Amino acid sequence: MSVELQIQKQLRAADRVFDLDIAFASDSQRIVLYGPSGSGKSLTLKAIAGLMTPDAGHIRLNGRTLFDAGQGIDLRVQQRNVAYLFQDYALFPHLTVAQNIAFGLARGCFNLRHPAEHPAVARWLQAFELQAIAHSRPAQISGGQRQRVALARALAAEPDILLLDEPFSALDLTLRERMREELAQLQNRLQVPMLLITHDPADVEALGQTVFELRDGRIVGR
Amino acid sequence: MHPVWTPLLLSLKVAGLATLLNLVLGVAAAYGLSRWRSPLRDFIDSVLTLPLVLPPTVMGYYLLVLFGRRGTFGAWLESMGIQLVFTWQGAVLASTVVAFPLVLKAARAAFESVDHQLEEAARVLGVSEAGVFLRVSLPLATRGIMAGVLLAFARALGEFGATLMVAGNLPGRTQTLSVAIYEAVQAGDDGAATLLVAITSITCVVLLMLAGRLVPDRSQLQIR
Repeated sequence: MSVELQIQKQLRAADRVFDLDIAFASDSQRIVLYGPSGSGKSLTLKAIAGLMTPDAGHIRLNGRTLFDAGQGIDLRVQQRNVAYLFQDYALFPHLTVAQNIAFGLARGCFNLRHPAEHPAVARWLQAFELQAIAHSRPAQISGGQRQRVALARALAAEPDILLLDEPFSALDLTLRERMREELAQLQNRLQVPMLLITHDPADVEALGQTVFELRDGRIVGR
Repeated sequence: MHPVWTPLLLSLKVAGLATLLNLVLGVAAAYGLSRWRSPLRDFIDSVLTLPLVLPPTVMGYYLLVLFGRRGTFGAWLESMGIQLVFTWQGAVLASTVVAFPLVLKAARAAFESVDHQLEEAARVLGVSEAGVFLRVSLPLATRGIMAGVLLAFARALGEFGATLMVAGNLPGRTQTLSVAIYEAVQAGDDGAATLLVAITSITCVVLLMLAGRLVPDRSQLQIR
């Protein structure tokens, strides 16, 4: 999986201006964008997912163009086939664990009936050991379990790449270590390319195959 | 049938239909407004909220101008054999218009209180815009919308000014509860008036209590 990205975006808020000017390319299966808060990591991730539209530039995933300002290409979020893991997981509070995981498997107006019986959902429930809580709501399960549900939901849709927004920041230290290992093993097993953003150097050590450092909206190191 | 029950049943029919119309129109308008980025948005919202602050007789007057037999739309309807003035359908029109802002405001607040990240998450998972609305936005906004719907129903039930002007006071056909009370008092029939007032009051209190219990209970849906 190759990622090739070159984007510019200017954001204005009251009297401050933030200039994002990022360019990188990599064939790695594990890319980490590392930098302090406010360096533009989240924006970059959102641009790849289609949740933010850059002012200029292009984004290509495995040769497939997701965005190209010059050619007027801007694929809708729904068409990009990327998975996005939000920092606080964004699980649907009114749906059960099984319904959450199954969400992306039905693209239309209705939720899947009997989600826990769908083969893909059952597979993920088993892989993450979530069978016991399949019919619980997100408010009733622990932080670690929520992250697994969010991961399962993202992967059930068979994405081309997994985008992770500071995936461990909401967890305590011991849980963090365990989840890093789990994620590393999962990635090895599934061979799904992964792009992770973080401000925690421990994440970089554990998971970064290729690391780009960001500061103030620019890449400053590799 | 005791004469007291006729206005009650008529009011329930009129208010029920008006509220059903408002549910559809209000939710659609609210969702549209909540997602529409335009400087015109606030202006349109104000216009749609006007019936809440304009005196009912003023609303009644505007409705007559538009839907009266020689009105802007009324003349056209007349040519198709449809008459709204002095009919219960006209009463539905009047009630719908005056109660609309109650559903609109509640629904818009409800949609805007839905965490946008949840809607984004749904899109990233590949779900269509209609799917995002039906499976994420609407379910999470339902309680707030229902609170507005109950208030709108109470408002429609008690509608007087606009209804009197558009539908008139025809016993059994357009004499709704409030109009019947007015007539009973005018005629000095205190017995009937008191009974009608009691029925109306109790119904409104019950509706208010129900609406209060439906106001979004964030603690139930909060995950933290």
